Amino acid sequence: MTIPTIFGICASLLIGLGLYGIIIQTRVLRKLLAFNLVGTGVFLLFGVIGRRGAGGGLEGDPVVFGLVITGIVVAFSATALAVAILIRLHEETGDDSLVDEPPDEEGR
Amino acid sequence: MNTDLIFCMGLALLILGVAVFVVGSREPFPAVVGFVIFGLLVSIAWMCLSAPDVALTEAAIGGGVTGALLLVATARLGDSSKKGQKTKTPMGFHGLVILLCVAVSAGLIAVVLTFPEPAPTLALVALEPLESTGVKNPVTAVLLAYRALDTLLETVVVLLAMAGVWSLAKDSDWSKTPLFGYSPEPGGPLVLLAKVLIPVGVIFGIYMVWTGSDHPGGKFQGAAILAAMGILGLVAGVTSVPAVTNAKLRWLLVLGPAVFLVVGLMGFLSVGYFLAWPPGLSKAVIVLIEVALTPSLALMLGLLVAGPPRQLPTSNS
Repeated sequence: MTIPTIFGICASLLIGLGLYGIIIQTRVLRKLLAFNLVGTGVFLLFGVIGRRGAGGGLEGDPVVFGLVITGIVVAFSATALAVAILIRLHEETGDDSLVDEPPDEEGR
Repeated sequence: MNTDLIFCMGLALLILGVAVFVVGSREPFPAVVGFVIFGLLVSIAWMCLSAPDVALTEAAIGGGVTGALLLVATARLGDSSKKGQKTKTPMGFHGLVILLCVAVSAGLIAVVLTFPEPAPTLALVALEPLESTGVKNPVTAVLLAYRALDTLLETVVVLLAMAGVWSLAKDSDWSKTPLFGYSPEPGGPLVLLAKVLIPVGVIFGIYMVWTGSDHPGGKFQGAAILAAMGILGLVAGVTSVPAVTNAKLRWLLVLGPAVFLVVGLMGFLSVGYFLAWPPGLSKAVIVLIEVALTPSLALMLGLLVAGPPRQLPTSNS
């Protein structure tokens, strides 16, 4: 087992874990956190591919690493926009979850 | 089995453990704190993958600035929403979700274990014209020479995200400034920290931008550090932002992307292509763009964390 393989498996598990969080969590902030876990997993997996592409005296593929840096910044921008929308939603409705109606007594 | 491998295995397990905590934690605040730790651990993983440029970006933006953004969000949302937290998902649905996620992970692991040999790479293609760009850091060459279009569009994406955040302001708050709404005691530890750390941080941020052309570092990492210093100053109340309607602020925000665009268009005149740098002047052009982008990016990142302009709920303090 090599170092890229270890982090490749780690990244794969992160993506699955984040996906679980996105679906199961009801509060939007928690969904955002889980979404960022998936994003980090995808970047890490891509980075592993970049690391394997070492050549010409470089310890990785600079094209991949450059794209990952771009990705991290874009992911941050998207998260910031999502947080702003969430806070505005909270100000308007006092709610920060995506549950359509509050669970009532006969709901379960 | 060598020590590097054992270290990386431990690190991977730690990353997964913290990720489980982030997803499974009951309260949002510990989950966000866990996410910041997660970001820092992942940046160490990037060092293990020999990608120091990405490690710096992940630590500064992925962990640091995103962490600040989410902490601010947790504070603003408060503990108000108890409803919706206790909704039970049906057992069958829960099992289905677990099955789906395990299938996704297992599929990806299968891909990881069967990567093609030899690995496809653009490293040699990227190295070949490196001499002509004048920069020594191949990642910077990718970001500002070969794939400059990606970077140009990326800065525009950040700018658009900020316009989106601002547009969520209430009508009555539009002429106000983005605030954190936290007032620390004057002369307290936070104010002292801000006064001591900000000068050092600003110099380090500028160094990070400057060194990026030859060594790990660059404008995004430097701008994130500068943004962090700005956020610290705002929270501690030692700096302030003008209102979002301020013309100077807006010009400063578009300065970086605008310079990038104009220099890119000049490529038509000198070489004949968009975003093509004149031979021999590549390094000068790259440094010019990085220097122009830094203040814009730093402001954008900081203002994205600060959120839309708003009025303090208690305006008597």
